[in-house]
Amino acid sequence: MIKKILRNEAFQSLFASLICIILGVLVGYVVLLFINPTGAGEAISEVLKNFFHYSKTNLQLKNFGNTLVKTAPLIMCSLSILFAYKVGLFNIGAPGQYCVGICVSLYCALSLGLGWVPCMIIAAVCGALYGAVVGLLKAYCNVNEVISGIMLNWIALYSTNMILTPVKEVTSPYTFHLDVEAPQAILPTLGLEKFFAGNERVTIALPLSIIAAVVILIILDKTKFGYELKATGFNKNAAKYCGMAEKRNIIVTLMISGGIAALGASFLYLTDFEQWSCTSSAVPAMGFNGIAAAFLGGLNPIGAIFSSYFIQHITNGGAFVDKTMYCSQISDLISAIIIYLCGFVFFIKYAMNYLIDKTEEKQAIKAKAAAEANTQEGGDK
Amino acid sequence: MENQYAIEMLHITKKFPGIIANDDVTIQLKKGEIHALLGENGAGKSTLMSVLFGLYQAEEGIIKKDGKEVHIKNPNDANDLGIGMVHQHFKLVECFTVLDNIIMGVEPNKFGFLQKKEAREKVVELSEKYGLHIDPDAYIEDITVGMQQRTEILKMLYRENEILIFDEPTAVLTPQEIDELMQIMKNLAAEGKSILFISHKLNEIKAVADRCSVLRKGKYIGTVDTKDATIEELSAMMVGHNVNLHVQKEESVPGDVVLDIENMTVASKMHKNNAVKNVSLKVHRGEVVCIAGIDGNGQTEFVYGLTGLEPLVNGKITLCGENITKAPIRKRLLSGMSHIPEDRHKHGLVLDYPLDYNCVLQRYFEPEFTDKFGFLKKGNIRKYAEKLIEQYDVRSGQGAITIARSMSGGNQQKAIVAREIDKNPELLIAVQPTRGLDVGAIEYIHKQIIAQRDSGKGVLLVSLELDEVMDVSDRILVMYEGEIVGELNPKTTTEDELGLYMAGAKRDEVKA
Repeated sequence: MIKKILRNEAFQSLFASLICIILGVLVGYVVLLFINPTGAGEAISEVLKNFFHYSKTNLQLKNFGNTLVKTAPLIMCSLSILFAYKVGLFNIGAPGQYCVGICVSLYCALSLGLGWVPCMIIAAVCGALYGAVVGLLKAYCNVNEVISGIMLNWIALYSTNMILTPVKEVTSPYTFHLDVEAPQAILPTLGLEKFFAGNERVTIALPLSIIAAVVILIILDKTKFGYELKATGFNKNAAKYCGMAEKRNIIVTLMISGGIAALGASFLYLTDFEQWSCTSSAVPAMGFNGIAAAFLGGLNPIGAIFSSYFIQHITNGGAFVDKTMYCSQISDLISAIIIYLCGFVFFIKYAMNYLIDKTEEKQAIKAKAAAEANTQEGGDK
Repeated sequence: MENQYAIEMLHITKKFPGIIANDDVTIQLKKGEIHALLGENGAGKSTLMSVLFGLYQAEEGIIKKDGKEVHIKNPNDANDLGIGMVHQHFKLVECFTVLDNIIMGVEPNKFGFLQKKEAREKVVELSEKYGLHIDPDAYIEDITVGMQQRTEILKMLYRENEILIFDEPTAVLTPQEIDELMQIMKNLAAEGKSILFISHKLNEIKAVADRCSVLRKGKYIGTVDTKDATIEELSAMMVGHNVNLHVQKEESVPGDVVLDIENMTVASKMHKNNAVKNVSLKVHRGEVVCIAGIDGNGQTEFVYGLTGLEPLVNGKITLCGENITKAPIRKRLLSGMSHIPEDRHKHGLVLDYPLDYNCVLQRYFEPEFTDKFGFLKKGNIRKYAEKLIEQYDVRSGQGAITIARSMSGGNQQKAIVAREIDKNPELLIAVQPTRGLDVGAIEYIHKQIIAQRDSGKGVLLVSLELDEVMDVSDRILVMYEGEIVGELNPKTTTEDELGLYMAGAKRDEVKA
């Protein structure tokens, strides 16, 4: 009975993810101990507490809301990664597609003055087209999607800087605030702010990202399209043999993956929670964190919702670490360590199966020895 | 008394979920003998060898080497004991050369720098000694399956293993190569090496093995001296009932042309010449046309061109009166073509999909399995798979939900055959449909092919097995270096004559 549970795929995923989290926290703690032993315990607990840092319910809720605002785009990024991964593609171009999403949604909002719906749709379409470039290169020129993805990330980053420069503030590198310049483009809250002490950044993006996760789950598991995509991912020769358009499938997959990532970007930037800095010299970390979230969630769309929340939780929590004891990068370092160890999900699963096998083997040997002992006793009598 | 056994496996039991793969099996291999291990697919031969090789741990039983009990926990332990194996599915690095694959793991080096020269000399010497004719600098991905297997054999010889396991080594070899291999095995045994020869080809066992142990459905049936046993006795031991070794069939009644190929030319991926040169042939309803030939004479590319996996350089293909020369694969399949592919792992199955998903690989888009909104009808898929499993006796641990990867090779092949035949095609293209299968399964698949013919379908059989070519076909076309060099009637020709055509020693001008 217990063995059955231990062997269960879903249980293993969950268990492995939890182990990874605990490992990550422990290693993070050790690193803090090395840097400055006196504040380590407090710092790690701040990271884990996140918004519980505040004692007032009001502030707690507000900051909980802030964590959720950034969870929505992370869910989208991890969905983008895992969707492509199911088809056997590693879409490391997601950060670039996310960047395209930022660029297009802000440009449409600030420069063209469009409303939030067209902003989102155009962003998703552009992200999909950007993903299609990777797909076309992969399908027709056999260019590895990782290489072209990384190259396109940088192209996306600098293009975004360039395109958004006309809509940035004169005195700072940041783009205009949407609530001043383009209130029509801000995502509606649907009254969600009431649950988060009036935090109006919590918008329709959150429920939409959860719906997206469910839709991806259904597409992959229940539809003909998902059947084809997964078959292509598992064995593209067999997919070709039975007449699936495997080239089209690769392109479509990367388009969907890119579209999801770009949509995720509009989920964050159309809340006016953040502004784009036109002097950015690195692609936003969101896309890369999506990789960790996807794996931590066991490559399951529903798992991705929870893993994304967790990763965002500790990332936000990092901001509360005492900056007098640690330099300001420490929050990023700690969350990076935890996220990094989250990648060990598959290793943990493997180790679990190995241990179960071992104990079973031992038990079998014991049982055999016992049986032999019994027969020998019988003989003696 | 000195121990006469090189290796003993005593009372081995190995279980998998839902299946007992080995149930109290005992095998004793004498020094310097060739010991055959005979059994149907799924009888547990490969599992038993994996236990010996340390890939699996047995739940019960012990292994003794030279009379001493040993524990083999992984293939390294097996290597240390001098046990070497040529696996049924080769363990080679595709993008490495033959030489690199052979020395892998035992690279000769000085201070960490590779010393390939010595290794090369040794490999060339071994290769010449045993007539393996292998080019040490060829890349694995560029050479034929037969050559790849010879690399595996060389790998074992290079390591100077004492106990050699051959897991169905002849499945991919030409008749001449098989003869050579038999000779090699005899030489090795004469030099004192002990050989375990896994096979279900009875005449080969009879020809080469000293003794033969038989497994059936995981159970140990017995060990006999091969010189005292007849082929019929052995096959009865293996299947548990008497089997018909020859295919019973009526005279064929050819009808209309179902497939018409004119001047087909297909490029080769390995060299600059075309792999298939100007091939023309016709297949009629109600006949089995067989393309015979030695592996690597363009049969694979011919089938790829015909089924649309590779484009044609030149030529025209007409299926049931419709020009499908440039048609995409799906279109060809829907126009009545069924294709049992040569490589069941590469093309035939999505190994990580469950059996039921694999059963609908060619039909998942039909309204029976997908509704108009694009959702799969999983209940229907399951039901259909269960029907095929029942009808074609496909055995697996957990029925329709078994992951295809965990099934035995024979049952994987049966599932493919079931899927392709149940599609009710006009033209059945069967490439090596019985590769690596046991007598029971071969008999079954041959019957299915003949049944297709008798129901008025055209069958194009591509085979490397002479028995199969002679038994099943109504017309034999011999392919040599990408050309059809002869058309023969199986009733009037002999295996020797066929062999001459296959070796390129004889050729006619053929108007097929």
